[in-house]
Amino acid sequence: MKKTEKTGAAIFIECLIKEGVDTVFGFPGGAVLPIYDVLYDAPLNHILVRHEQGAVHMADGYARATGRPGVVIVTSGPGATNTVTGIATAYMDSIPMVVFTGQVPTALIGNDAFQEADIVGITRPCTKHNYLVKDIKDLQRIIKEAFYIATTGRPGPVLVDMPKDVLNAKTELNYPDKVELGSYQPTYKGHSGQIKKAMDLILASKRPVVYAGGGVILSGAAEELRHFAVKLGIPTTTTLMGLGGFPGTHPLFMGMLGMHGTYCANMAVMNTDCLIAIGARFDDRVTGKIDEFAPYAKIIHVDIDPTSISKNVKVDVPIVGDVKGVLKEMTRGMSLGGGGGAFNSYKKELEGWHKQVNAWANTHTLSYKQDAGGKIKPQFVVEKIYEATKGDAIITTEVGQNQMWAAQFFKYDRPRTFLTSGGLGTMGFGFPAAIGAQIAFPKKTVFGIAGDGSIQMNIQELATAVQYKVPVKIAILNNMMLGMVRQWQEFFYDKRYSHTCVSVAPDFVKLAEAYGAVGLRATRPGEVVPVIKEAMKVKDRPVIMDFKVDPFENVYPMVPSGQPLNKMLIV
Amino acid sequence: MRHTISVLVSNEFGVLSRISGLFSGRGFNIESLSVAETLDPLVSRMTIVTSGDDNILEQISKHLNKLISVIKVQDFTSEDHIERELALIKVSSNAANRAEILSIVDIFRAKVVDVSPKTYTVEITGDEEKIGAIIELMRPFGIKEIVRTGRAAMARSLKQR
Repeated sequence: MKKTEKTGAAIFIECLIKEGVDTVFGFPGGAVLPIYDVLYDAPLNHILVRHEQGAVHMADGYARATGRPGVVIVTSGPGATNTVTGIATAYMDSIPMVVFTGQVPTALIGNDAFQEADIVGITRPCTKHNYLVKDIKDLQRIIKEAFYIATTGRPGPVLVDMPKDVLNAKTELNYPDKVELGSYQPTYKGHSGQIKKAMDLILASKRPVVYAGGGVILSGAAEELRHFAVKLGIPTTTTLMGLGGFPGTHPLFMGMLGMHGTYCANMAVMNTDCLIAIGARFDDRVTGKIDEFAPYAKIIHVDIDPTSISKNVKVDVPIVGDVKGVLKEMTRGMSLGGGGGAFNSYKKELEGWHKQVNAWANTHTLSYKQDAGGKIKPQFVVEKIYEATKGDAIITTEVGQNQMWAAQFFKYDRPRTFLTSGGLGTMGFGFPAAIGAQIAFPKKTVFGIAGDGSIQMNIQELATAVQYKVPVKIAILNNMMLGMVRQWQEFFYDKRYSHTCVSVAPDFVKLAEAYGAVGLRATRPGEVVPVIKEAMKVKDRPVIMDFKVDPFENVYPMVPSGQPLNKMLIV
Repeated sequence: MRHTISVLVSNEFGVLSRISGLFSGRGFNIESLSVAETLDPLVSRMTIVTSGDDNILEQISKHLNKLISVIKVQDFTSEDHIERELALIKVSSNAANRAEILSIVDIFRAKVVDVSPKTYTVEITGDEEKIGAIIELMRPFGIKEIVRTGRAAMARSLKQR
């Protein structure tokens, strides 16, 4: 053996550092002991979580907030299986992430060894790709490929399973500079002929709408999208995942579309003659009844993933490519060919459309009634957080009513400021995601908007937040209900509130204090702002705010499942 | 409509389950599947017979292409190609019908590969139609067992120079 040889575990850590990783989220165990021994004095920030699912959501929040891949280290067996929900969450929302799992020694694989699970088999359908490292000679190449695959094309989680004997085996450090993956070549540049076709279609349209999704944020194309929409004067809506991809306070912004979208956005989509879908995937929560979605529209669809195109909705002009580059090309085409007759007459035609959109924007606006002496309205809490932070905050959400109100009543002007589990809809995501985002940006204000149901799904991470002095502010909209499910039971199940009352819950203020965090409570509307202000003063530990809100408040508008977007239930 | 798709994949463990998992997870059909190494030992070829309308087929081929382990996807349906399948048919035989079975085997250019006092085992290669036809002719004698491989397919070379 040569003196310069190092163990797989030491090489693993060196590879992470070479990859530019500064923070990892993890939990030790038998199979990863060699790694944790190296971590003992490695120049790497390791966050010790209290449950592996928390680690994955933290890495996810870190990735969503920064755009860099989140990194997780866990042990074999239960450590690995506990990551599955987090991985599936990241997969559905295309979040770059690399999860490293320990595995039993290669000789024991398949023997039902202690803490053995076939995690590569288990996560195959919810990772972009995954690996079992069977030989130390493959370790460095696989780590390189894992980061490359996670962060390029349509991003996503990659899992690398490392048996303990591979971590203990020795070899030379030789981290490759680049990957050689002939079978993986994402298309970044949009086809110029298709781009031309799209521009012709837009200029011939009279009622165009931009429908932008999470792809805009993943691609870093918020600026390009704004240029494009402004240049062409196109009213813009985003999906839940797209919030922040277009300025929430911009006059062309119509709000979110879909099941709980604004009246304006949904009406515009149902009446547009040219729908420009950008980095979005026509999710069922967006389209409502698919056959009646955007019935008058020619559809242009820009997406980096060819499988997203014409999956649910037939598209007239598909453009496979990176949203950022394609939008630049489209806008440049306008600047070159623009100013001409076609552009002028297009702009002229738009005036009527803008008038119509403005009329919709002033009809059935998002609203609620807060009586000074009544119960606290959850929407009121969200609005007051918006005012107190002046919109300059990272907001994470759990899933359900809290998520929808956070989407509706906070205006997101910048990308990567609204972190939510859109695709999988994972309760328990928001709190650890807030911790991950706060660790990435220690100086920023990070609020988690939560429900009393969701927060309990990863409440154990309070200890993590206290340990690392992470000053996240968690606003529990406490209605003592699983509110969104209760809302569906009210509308569609004859008010039979089957198992949606969770009034037996901890005293969240005492709970926070028990963990060494700060606990605050508001029971009357007048107490909401003081509690938020008090929370914002805390800089060295997490704060839990328990807002006792109206248990029977509903999210409006609502398009009942399976209905077209213009069949909204409105208050 | 039925499609024969040829997929070149990295010859590594787990690749078969990536492909079959894709089909089952997305609700696509697999009617038959055969896999073997190619000239390049790092690459395997899978021949998959599947069915669905144009939209489904487009999704199948896009999703296959999206897998990191997939190198190339080719749908043979609209291309001039050769398809072959192999079947082993174990058929009951007795003194009275042996000659008749052998003459069918002869007509189909099949082969008898195993003989016992009460059975013949016949090997036949050909396209689906040919194999279907011999099975029908053997059926009256009493088929005890049939084993069929999946289909193998290859594009025809251009005839003109």
